[in-house]
Amino acid sequence: MVSSATDVRPTRSEAPEYGVRPLVRVRDLTIRYDDEPALANVTFDIHEHEIFGIIGPAGSGKTSFLRALNRMDEFTPAMEFDGRIEFDGHDVRHMRNLYALRRRIGVVFPLPVGLPMTVYDNVALSPRLSGVRKKAELDEIVERCLTRAALWDEVKDRLHALGSLLSGGQQQRLTIARALSQEPDLLLLDEFSIAVDPVTTMRIEDVLKELRDELTIVLVTNLVQQARRLADRTAFFLMGECVEVAETEALFTGEVREQRTRDYVEGRFG
Amino acid sequence: MTSDVAPRTSPLSDLDRRDAAWYWDKLAQVLILVAGLSGIVAVIGIFVFITKEGFGFISESLIPAEFFGSIAWRPTSETRPTYGILALAAGTASVTGLAMLIAVPFSLGAAIYIGEFAEGKTREALKVLVELLAAIPSVVWGFIGMTILNPLIIDVFDVPVGLSVLNAGVILGLMAAPIMTTIAEDALKAVPDGYREAAEAMGATRWQVIFQVVLPAAKKGLVAAVLLGVGRGFGETMAVLMASGHAINLPTSPFDSVRAITATIAAELGETAHGSEHYKALFTLGILLFAVTFVINLTADIVVRGRSRKKR
Ligand SMILES: Nc1ncnc2c1ncn2[C@@H]1O[C@H](COP(=O)(O)OP(=O)(O)O)[C@@H](O)[C@H]1O
Ligand SMILES: [Mg+2]
Repeated sequence: MVSSATDVRPTRSEAPEYGVRPLVRVRDLTIRYDDEPALANVTFDIHEHEIFGIIGPAGSGKTSFLRALNRMDEFTPAMEFDGRIEFDGHDVRHMRNLYALRRRIGVVFPLPVGLPMTVYDNVALSPRLSGVRKKAELDEIVERCLTRAALWDEVKDRLHALGSLLSGGQQQRLTIARALSQEPDLLLLDEFSIAVDPVTTMRIEDVLKELRDELTIVLVTNLVQQARRLADRTAFFLMGECVEVAETEALFTGEVREQRTRDYVEGRFG
Repeated sequence: MTSDVAPRTSPLSDLDRRDAAWYWDKLAQVLILVAGLSGIVAVIGIFVFITKEGFGFISESLIPAEFFGSIAWRPTSETRPTYGILALAAGTASVTGLAMLIAVPFSLGAAIYIGEFAEGKTREALKVLVELLAAIPSVVWGFIGMTILNPLIIDVFDVPVGLSVLNAGVILGLMAAPIMTTIAEDALKAVPDGYREAAEAMGATRWQVIFQVVLPAAKKGLVAAVLLGVGRGFGETMAVLMASGHAINLPTSPFDSVRAITATIAAELGETAHGSEHYKALFTLGILLFAVTFVINLTADIVVRGRSRKKR
């Protein structure tokens, strides 16, 4: 575990702690849709090699946060954001090559999106887009990514079947393999288990625990217990507000600043 | 079989009473069946009629070597009528081929622009415009070919005649493009946005998304659009009759006048005696068109299906 106890609270200090390099820094982030705020004044850091959980009820701005992070706001004309998001020290708003930013950030959507091509092509797409042509090299990438996503054994005999014919749980692991094929520094998962059976969910959770050694993960989840199982630190979003950011265990053992957090974590809400 | 559980409601409950909705549903089913069958019957009827009219020619007068191998289509010759379709077939093929060369890139480009790039009012305006273009009657296109394109070709290329493969191909291409655009655009619209978003999220550029994800996903619809265009080109009569020069010719350059199979039928059928050899020969041309269209559709079907079956 990399996160340190000194960074339990949202901090405005820009000085990086020793040994805890922030990969993403969020400062006073406000997201609006047609001037209607969806997320207001959020400030926190996401450290390298941590799993950063985000919990909160539907409509709290969790997905909007992820979309701002890899600049998917480009595709939603109504969406705009103020404040600053830094990825690896660069302001995402003033990057000159957004495609390069997105290549370094893998995304897994709530409903698995198996692209309408073979299993192999799904995983090989991103390397191909960045210019990998050699078959041996692609073969190696496809096998490695599918293995890391715990899917290789199930699909190694049907690599050339359509990806969309896999089961929902397999397709979600396929999208994880596809995200890994980008060799991302950051992996964003948006409620990945919403359409996945409990057994597959557990397998994916194991995969994520292993991936922590290689990359940084932001795990948006509507399952509070999933955040507890996986996340090093967790942020609680509520109705467009980031109520608090804390060591995950602290949230669950009651060391919270806000009563609202305790109520949500303990399932006593509304 | 009797049940141990006594029904809670009386025997004549909702479960056994057929209500208005039930009868409407049955009625609708019957109507749909009748409509569907009448379509099939009409196609078979047309096929039988054409075959019956043309069959006498095929069995009695047709000489395969002459029919397929000769360019001499002289049905009205007093001394010795000949029925060679080579030039007519070449006319139809060259005009349709050129039309597709023009219409395919045009319509796919337009569909991609309208479907993937244009937004809001521009997009709506373009769609209305394309639909308006699709509604222009073919005789108007033929008229444009004769009065605008004809002198233009003569001036620009310094050739003696402007009614040619080039003229008819351009006219037919422009004519087929709008309907192909509409169908291709529908095919692009049917590609779920989730595919685009997933590809964009992995850092694909706009063009990569379109070429690597959207177009392959819309492949079937795009093939359908192109084939519809080919069918349109093959079957189009009036515009081709007016713009092609209607001269029997084996074309060696785009500036040669040609004559199409459809145009031949349209121009000559009114002047033949019912049941004469010439009359039957024209119906044989009809059978040929019917067969070619059928083969095109069948091939398309096999190509589109065969692909997806293999991938399964
Ligand atoms: N494309 C959009 N256009 C307008 N409003 C949106 C759009 N997407 C999200 N919102 C609004 O932003 C708020 C936050 O949504 P979202 O980020 O999806 O929340 P969450 O992922 O936590 O459920 C909601 O009130 C939602 O209605
Ligand atoms: Mg969401």
